[in-house]
Amino acid sequence: MNQVSEKENFFQGVKAAMPIAVGYIPIAIAFGLLSKSVGIPSYVSFSMSLLIYAGASQFIGINLIVLGASWWEIVVTTFILNLRHFLMTATLSQKLEKRASRKWRMLLSFGITDETFSVSSFQSQEILPRYFSLGLNTMAFVAWNVGTWLGLFCASGLPDTVKSSMGIALYVMFIGLLIPQVKKSKSALVVSILAIIINSLSSWLSLGGTGWGIIIATIFSAAIGAKFFTREESE
Amino acid sequence: MNLIYLVFAMALVTYIPRMLPMVLLQNVHLPIYVKQFMKLIPYAALGALIFPGILTSTGANHMEPAIVGCSMAILLAWLETNLIIVVVGGISGALVMNVFFL
Repeated sequence: MNQVSEKENFFQGVKAAMPIAVGYIPIAIAFGLLSKSVGIPSYVSFSMSLLIYAGASQFIGINLIVLGASWWEIVVTTFILNLRHFLMTATLSQKLEKRASRKWRMLLSFGITDETFSVSSFQSQEILPRYFSLGLNTMAFVAWNVGTWLGLFCASGLPDTVKSSMGIALYVMFIGLLIPQVKKSKSALVVSILAIIINSLSSWLSLGGTGWGIIIATIFSAAIGAKFFTREESE
Repeated sequence: MNLIYLVFAMALVTYIPRMLPMVLLQNVHLPIYVKQFMKLIPYAALGALIFPGILTSTGANHMEPAIVGCSMAILLAWLETNLIIVVVGGISGALVMNVFFL
């Protein structure tokens, strides 16, 4: 009986990852294509998707390699860019079911990206089953790596219009996740608008890099929201 | 030196922020303000991740495809259609505009 529900959870996770896969494959294809076109060896790009598994870091990494940045610069930039996952995993650590052991947590945390985090956050159940997370993460990871291969070896024939249109895929997925939430909750609406304003200001006034802008916007708007909306959410 | 060592170093600094809170916060009991803060993190993060990044997502020099794709996605998401339809609709909106503008 327990076995059946674990299997069910896994496949529910796989199913929930389908929109992520639809978003990941074109972006990963673009990554494969780009890295190939600037002369990065295919085994390097492939192992990036396999081991780093973080879109923004991989694109910026390729960029910096091509620009001839030092290793030190590339690694520090990657770290700053990924600090936002610190907030995300801290949040998910509270939602993941308690019986997920330390080993489970070490495994599942590898699969946390902006997209898997967002989809798991908005799951209707209060507690996140570990097999659900495993299914979600596995499907998203496979899509990212399959897309990378397609980009490296097959996609050079795609027309430019298609390639550049695909850049919007993950952003519209975020919109698809966020809009139904802000329709339901005033705190969600206020906090996300606040984050948009802070991030836009930091980006347009060029205060620090992209990584910091997102981190600062996220922390400030969630902190302000928590101060003003404690009552609404505790009902 | 071989680029593969750089990949290992990047992988390490990507994994650490993902893993540490997940393992360390396992049995910690958090005050209500912190819990509320964490509940709001997804909305805040999504807002910051979407905008202004989406404006340059279909190319830095022309925003029209991004704006049309974005509007399409907002409309479909507002109607609460399936997430895959929102994604496909957004890409299609951008693609139609790209055919006109490129």
